[in-house]
Amino acid sequence: MSDATVHAATVLVIDDETQIRRLLRVCLEANGYRVEEAATGQDGIAQAAQRHPDVVILDLGLPDLDGVAVLDRLREWSRVPVVVLSVRDREEDKIAALDHGADDYVTKPFRTGELLARLRVALRHAQPAPEMTVFRNDELEVDLAARVVRLKGREVKLTATEYSLLRLLVQHAGKVLTHRQILREVWGPNAVAQTHYLRVYIAHLREKLETEPARPQLILTEPGVGYRLLEME
Amino acid sequence: MDDVRPNPDTLLEALQQQNSKAARGRLKVFFGLAPGVGKTYAMLEAARRELAAGRDVVIGYVETHGRKETVALTAGLPAIPRRRAEYRGVPFTEMDLDAVLGRRPQLALVDELAHTNVPGSRHPKRYQDVLELLAAGVDVFTTLNVQHLESCAEAVHQITGVPIRETLPDSVLDDAEFELVDLPPEELRARLLAGKVYVPDSARAAQDHFFRAGNLAALRELALRVAAEHVGQDVLAYRQAHHIADPWKSGQRLLVAVSPSPTSAALVRWTRRLAGELQAPWMAVYVELPRPLSAEEQSRLARHLALARELGAQVIPTTDDDVVRGLLRIAREQNATQLVVGKPVGWRALDLLRGGSLLNRLIRESGLIDVHAVRAEAEPSAPLPRTKLPPLARADTRGYAIALGVVASITGLNAVLQHWLGYQSLALVYLLSVVVLGMFAGRGPTLAAATLTALLWNFLFVSPQFTFWISGSTDLMLFCTYFVVALAMGHLAARLRAQQGAERSREQRATTLYLLTRELAQASDFADLLAIVLREVGKATQAKLALLLPDDTGAGTLTPYFASTWSLPEKEQSVAAWALRHRQPAGRGTDTLPSSEGLHLPLVAGEHALGVISLRFRDATPQTPDQRDLLDAFVRQIALVVDRQRLREAEQQSKLVAESERLSKTLLNSISHEMRTPIAAITSAASSLGDRGSAAPRELQQAMVGEIQEAAGRLNRLVGNLLNMTRLEAGHVQARLDWCDVADLIQVTLKETAKELAQHPVTVELAPGLPLVRMDFVLMQQALGNLLLNAALHAPEGTQVRVGAVVEDRTLKLSVADTGPGLSADALPRIFDKFYRAASAPTGGTGLGLSIVKGFVEAQGGRVSAENQAGGGALFTLRLPLSEPPPVLAEESP
Repeated sequence: MSDATVHAATVLVIDDETQIRRLLRVCLEANGYRVEEAATGQDGIAQAAQRHPDVVILDLGLPDLDGVAVLDRLREWSRVPVVVLSVRDREEDKIAALDHGADDYVTKPFRTGELLARLRVALRHAQPAPEMTVFRNDELEVDLAARVVRLKGREVKLTATEYSLLRLLVQHAGKVLTHRQILREVWGPNAVAQTHYLRVYIAHLREKLETEPARPQLILTEPGVGYRLLEME
Repeated sequence: MDDVRPNPDTLLEALQQQNSKAARGRLKVFFGLAPGVGKTYAMLEAARRELAAGRDVVIGYVETHGRKETVALTAGLPAIPRRRAEYRGVPFTEMDLDAVLGRRPQLALVDELAHTNVPGSRHPKRYQDVLELLAAGVDVFTTLNVQHLESCAEAVHQITGVPIRETLPDSVLDDAEFELVDLPPEELRARLLAGKVYVPDSARAAQDHFFRAGNLAALRELALRVAAEHVGQDVLAYRQAHHIADPWKSGQRLLVAVSPSPTSAALVRWTRRLAGELQAPWMAVYVELPRPLSAEEQSRLARHLALARELGAQVIPTTDDDVVRGLLRIAREQNATQLVVGKPVGWRALDLLRGGSLLNRLIRESGLIDVHAVRAEAEPSAPLPRTKLPPLARADTRGYAIALGVVASITGLNAVLQHWLGYQSLALVYLLSVVVLGMFAGRGPTLAAATLTALLWNFLFVSPQFTFWISGSTDLMLFCTYFVVALAMGHLAARLRAQQGAERSREQRATTLYLLTRELAQASDFADLLAIVLREVGKATQAKLALLLPDDTGAGTLTPYFASTWSLPEKEQSVAAWALRHRQPAGRGTDTLPSSEGLHLPLVAGEHALGVISLRFRDATPQTPDQRDLLDAFVRQIALVVDRQRLREAEQQSKLVAESERLSKTLLNSISHEMRTPIAAITSAASSLGDRGSAAPRELQQAMVGEIQEAAGRLNRLVGNLLNMTRLEAGHVQARLDWCDVADLIQVTLKETAKELAQHPVTVELAPGLPLVRMDFVLMQQALGNLLLNAALHAPEGTQVRVGAVVEDRTLKLSVADTGPGLSADALPRIFDKFYRAASAPTGGTGLGLSIVKGFVEAQGGRVSAENQAGGGALFTLRLPLSEPPPVLAEESP
């Protein structure tokens, strides 16, 4: 997708570490983004209000406010995509950030390539893109309007639940979805603790859609957090 | 015998005495022949001189009896307020020992050393208060009359005819300085007539008798002699301390035989005097015979032994069935040179049977040992309150009743038998009954039965019947023989039984001790040990018990062990604290606070008092010496075991400390190595990139970047491991169990570690139809990841790594196997230990990875194991329990 680079997108980096901000600035500007910086949570919220960034990179361990609190404050008035970039690697922290409205989560130390990919996904999901009816990814094709799934051109039979699970993943392709989010969307709010439904159906989907189900390339496990459908760019 | 070299033992003793004297306070006694000679006055004058010399002097207790001159002398001397006590409604004042101790003066004045404190005081006697003051390093001035010295009391009684009640052991004065306050008898009598001598009202009657001129002269001589003896001792002590070799005493050792006989006390005093004159150590020996003592005899014996102890003797009890043999055995063991025994009074027929009188035998068999046979007066039996009939007397009443019954029934039987048997045979039937009776009744009943049957036989069956007249000389002979044989048989049978009884009680005692020792030996830890102590002592004494242990603070506060059966009132706790501090028994039946409810025995091992055992007995009867001996033996045994246990735990503690020191050292070493290596790699790669810049060849740039990335990855893993370990140590790892797909777990883990395992082909063997398993996905992923990294590190490049998952016995078995060198035998049991690194391990790694695996898996209720495979290579297995499978999902058709 090239539309993100057409008009230089603005990235607001909220991080108290000067070295990280400097590194991100070099790396992001080299990739055509404009960069704004904030060293505290308060300053970050203020800058987000003034400068209307296209995407926010948020550290969780800020000196004045906790990152999750910053997320909450931002989400009160803004739908700007937020990618969390933190040293906190425990799944509880990831789930908490995602459930509080973060679009994605990257742990430090990070590879620049991965961060850039997540930024692109976040930016794309934020844009009011024309209604997507057909999703294509390498050999997989999902026609959301016709409710038809094809693999290598051959139609694949899915049960109703398998289909709604796949549709949810396709709609958020490239983004991580937590177990809770998936369970609530597919099985309803009463099923958020029934992880085993999810395990079974993910296994079914992989059986039907993956070339090598033991080494899935399409539906990826985010350990302890959730799943992500790989998006071909 | 002219030994001019100082005896090393004596020198050592002198040295030790000097040292202990330095710490102890000095006692100075103002010594007089009778009340009224001016002892208190002299003491106060001396005290004022000390005060003037700048010393800190206080009055602990001074009795002025209201005399003006004496009162005037107390002015200017600070006095510690007296303690008020009440006994049976009568108010008393006593020296406030704690207040004096708290004040810590250099010198305290304590009048009337022989005074008996009011019941309920800490010590029954004032001299014990003084000893405590001396022990605390306070010098004491005191006053004493000659009559109150234990060794002189007997003589004073003989001189004046007045019984002396308040006495104190001579040993109290052993180190004391004497100042004789002398007054010629005429002057004393003049003072008395002038009303200048205080005499209590109760003693007015005795006054005239006591203060007769003749008496006073004799008392004066006695007082002068005692004072002179003490001066002599001082001179000798000085000579020994300064190695003046002159009158070295030949090493005399005295030994006195103590028995329950009322004459023993006088014997003990006599020996003490002789020992004092000879400057010789002395011992008191009691030979326990296999004959049980009556309660009265036991209490008398206990008093005699206590007296000997008080007078400074070493008390040695022994057991023998022959007094002479027992005495001489101990005398030889102890190298005694002189033996003191009582002179026998009267003639004993049985002595002839035993091969001569005891004294004769003793003299004959004593060899080199001198024997003193001393005539000693029996002491009037102490006015001990006899609360109830001693149990032995009751048993005897029963014995007589039985004897009477047996005699009556045998007489009945004989009355029938006489129709068939001659009267001589009837005598044999009687004799038989006496012998049988002797086996289960006491000596008295048996002898009574013997006499009774002899008379009955004569009266009823020997013709002329129904008279005590014996006609024929044969019958007379028969009667006499019967009488003697019956008496002898009865006596022997009773003695046999008594021996058995004594044997049995000794055996019981030994068994009880043995059982205690065995039980204590089985204690696994300290708490267990204390519980056993409480149980066993409670069983043996039938008393309520408390076990008090000092706090770790060392402040001497005692905490009762929770399983104690007696919760001590506050007063008893302070008694227990005293026992602990002074390492001496206190409370009931002891010299210290005998009016307490309980007996408090310190557990003393070497220099330490480890705690106190407090006992409260159910009944009020004092303990017999036997019971007390057993209890003492118990306490000694317990102290030994408790001390051993304490040392063992201290040793373990120090081992733990050493181990944790070793661990932190290992940690520092390995962390600094593990951190610096990647940092070095990054620094060197980055600097080489920086130096060459873009001019560097592309391959070199890539290689350097690769190095930096690998080093950073390694650092990141190390930090992760350290964090995980810290979480495990802090107990912060809580498994969040959820249904997980095992295949997914393995796949994700392999993907994560793909880079590190690049040189090792991995095969995955999954059993078909694996169920979902409840686990913490992230913890398991890290555990499995660490196992894979471990395999990659230890197995040579290119070798196969196999990951397997199967279900066995309702357990999920995840295994990681390599084909490397395997694990060495000494590594196997320790492989999961923190910071453990096998001797052969290649560099890299902190010894944390596997212990994290263990911690994480166990946090989920699983187990880890390591072994060597049959075909070579290490095999690690993680086992997780399977729970009920989740509810089956209704599968819709596509």
